[in-house]
Amino acid sequence: MAELALFIGLILLQSVALLTALLIVVSFLIYFDRKVWAAVQMRRGPNVVGPFGLLQSFADLLKFVFKEVIIPDGANKGVFVLAPMVTAILALAAWAVVPINDGWAIADINVGILYLFALSSLGVYGVIMGGWASNSKYPFLAALRSAAQMVSYEVSIGFVIITVLLCAGTLNLSGIVMSQQTGLGTMLGLPNSFLDWYFLPLFPMFIIFFISALAETNRPPFDLVEAESELVAGHMVEYSSTPYLLFMLGEYVAITLMCAMTTVLFLGGWLPLVDIPVLNWLPGVFWFMLKLVFVFFMFAMVKAIVPRYRYDQLMRLGWKVFLPISLAWVAITAGVLVSFGWLPS
Amino acid sequence: MVAATVFFYLFSVLAVASAVMVITARNPVHSVLFLILCFFNAAGLFILMGAEFLAMILVVVYVGAVAVLFLFVVMMLDVDFVKLREGLASYLPVGGVIGLIVLVELALVFGTWTISPEALKATAAPAVAGVTNTEALGQVLYTKYFYYFQAAGLVLLVAMVGAIVLTLRQKEGVKRQSISAQVARTPATAVEIRKVEPGQGI
Repeated sequence: MAELALFIGLILLQSVALLTALLIVVSFLIYFDRKVWAAVQMRRGPNVVGPFGLLQSFADLLKFVFKEVIIPDGANKGVFVLAPMVTAILALAAWAVVPINDGWAIADINVGILYLFALSSLGVYGVIMGGWASNSKYPFLAALRSAAQMVSYEVSIGFVIITVLLCAGTLNLSGIVMSQQTGLGTMLGLPNSFLDWYFLPLFPMFIIFFISALAETNRPPFDLVEAESELVAGHMVEYSSTPYLLFMLGEYVAITLMCAMTTVLFLGGWLPLVDIPVLNWLPGVFWFMLKLVFVFFMFAMVKAIVPRYRYDQLMRLGWKVFLPISLAWVAITAGVLVSFGWLPS
Repeated sequence: MVAATVFFYLFSVLAVASAVMVITARNPVHSVLFLILCFFNAAGLFILMGAEFLAMILVVVYVGAVAVLFLFVVMMLDVDFVKLREGLASYLPVGGVIGLIVLVELALVFGTWTISPEALKATAAPAVAGVTNTEALGQVLYTKYFYYFQAAGLVLLVAMVGAIVLTLRQKEGVKRQSISAQVARTPATAVEIRKVEPGQGI
């Protein structure tokens, strides 16, 4: 019993440490997102709270927490309260398997990538439940849109993951990162470098994954769920205070998770840029964070630059462009791996 | 092992309770949500059995895709509960008789059910050490059961084609966007430059 208690206590401690670090990182990523957005539009962005506005996210947190929770009269109360919790919990739970450094995952499970895929595909429930339970037209339309959108883009994300799995030969996330130590770069005579990572041989898949990740997390240009010119704030119209905060938090944690997934699948996770002294003295966490912030920067730039898609264009892109290309690429990758004898053993 | 037992009872109790709620909940949307909870607990039971691949696939396929579409459809239904209960008294005897017959049949079948000693010998061999169950599944699915696997895929494909054929309608006079035509436009075909004299118009 004592051993069991110790085991559970250790896991709880690790989880609390990870969640604390994650939430602090996310709060600064939100600040970073707003700053990038502001810089592109030649505004200043948040600059009042704390030095350079660094504490803006914490001020926002306090503001949301101290407001009154309003539950609409016609709302389905249980589901209404459950929806933001589902969003936040699913987004946070997914982080249990993400390897931040060599062996630094709370649960280094065999089917890590499937777990991530499963939890990210469940993100749609928060939106659907919130939209339905609000008992209001705008949230309901948003929920319908989001259900179709997220299910569509999951399909291409699934195929992209399959191509990576074909190359890596394992479903374990740490294994996928380790398999990126050798590859194209080694063949070109630059072993253990960024040329080994999967983004190069699978470049089209990298692009498709990036765009699908934007669509899966309802980021602009695919934020049709909460298109403010059409649906005010989409599924979050009736939400206020802490439930709204949980929705926003869940959304940003999910975005960060997608950045981490891109890092692990295509950018070599915690591996250094080139395996030479000075660079490989830096801890793996540093490289992981650097890559994560880089991908997040791309997310922020897309939000600032690209105009919103129309709904039929979104569906066309998902089903008529990404699905055939990713399906073809699965077949091509498998064919190349088998015919050249490069299949991972 | 204590933890495994505790979790087994937790998942089983929740699965059975949510399954009961699926058929007793008044609101169909609540029913679907309880169905999802039931799927989750089933996935938990799979994990306890060491079948982590099946557990994840259950969540991805049933919870991530099938149940979303259920919810999607049920949410849009405008169900009038008063109307549904109107005919209850007249349907009850017939429904009750059918239910009773099925119950008796089930009792007859399972009451005489014995496990042959041959079947016990055919149970699956214990998992080979060092092979994850994803690998193990892949090794039999794509070799021994290859044709069944392909046939199952083909059945789904036919069903999908059927569904598309049933819903696809070509209407006359509908303007459609042709992306390739739009992308192929050049300044030569799209822009006309005219010199306009002041006060004359085109």
